[in-house]
Amino acid sequence: MEFDKELDARGLNCPLPILRAKKTLNELASGQVLKITSTDPGSVKDFAAFAKQTGNELLSSTEAGNEYTFYMKKK
Amino acid sequence: MDDQKKLAIIATKGTLDWAYPPFILASTAAALGYETQIFFTFYGLQLLRKDLSGLKVSPLGNPGMPMKMPFGPKWFKNINWNIPNAVQSIVPFYEDVATSLMKMTIANNGVATIPDLRDLCHEAEVKFIACQMTVELFAFEHSDFIDGVEYGGAATFFEFAGESDICLFI
Repeated sequence: MEFDKELDARGLNCPLPILRAKKTLNELASGQVLKITSTDPGSVKDFAAFAKQTGNELLSSTEAGNEYTFYMKKK
Repeated sequence: MDDQKKLAIIATKGTLDWAYPPFILASTAAALGYETQIFFTFYGLQLLRKDLSGLKVSPLGNPGMPMKMPFGPKWFKNINWNIPNAVQSIVPFYEDVATSLMKMTIANNGVATIPDLRDLCHEAEVKFIACQMTVELFAFEHSDFIDGVEYGGAATFFEFAGESDICLFI
C-alpha cells in the first residue's frame, strides 16, 4: 500500500504510539496516508479506537510476527 | 468548537506510579480531540514541580505491587520478592532502591517517563490548575512549579468540570 509518511513506533508503549501518530498526522494534508509500525499489542485496539473517535480512516491493520502495521488516512 | 468533548481530572497522588494515570489519560484525551484540564491538589501538587526527580514509589504496605527485578536471566526476573512489611520498613533507602528498579523497568518496557508525558500534555494544551489552598498548606511557592500553571480553588475546578463529559478523581 502506498503512503506519504512513515512512523516507527516500535519499542514504544501506551500511550506513546497514539501520541506520536497524532503528532505526525498533524504534519500531513487531508487525504494523505500515514504508515505506522508498532510492537505494542495494545495498539491494535487503540488505533481502531483512535480512528473511530478522530474520524481519521484506518485503511488497514495487520500483524506479522510481533509487529503491527497500520495505514491511516488523514481526515 | 462548542461540541468538543471535555475531560476533567483531579490528581491527588504524588508518587511515581500514580503520576502515570492523570498524564496518560490527559495526553491521550488531547490526542483524541478532548479539551482537557487537570486540577492538582494535595500530594498531586508534586506532579507540577519543576524537578520531578523526587517522585518515588513505595512497595511498603502495597500488597498489589509485584516486586520483580528488571535485570538478569528470565528465571531471576520472574521471581516475586515477597518482602515482609516489617523488613521493608527498617531497610534504609528502601524506597530509593525500589524507585530505581521501577525506573529501570519503565525504561525496559518502552514506557514514557513522567517528565516526557507532562511535556506531551503541555504541548497538547492540557490545562494545569494547581489548588491554591494546598499550595499554601504545604508551604510551596509558585516558583517551585513549572510555568503555565494556573492557580485556583474548588470553584475554578467546577467551572470546567461542570461542563465536562468525563470527570475523574485520581
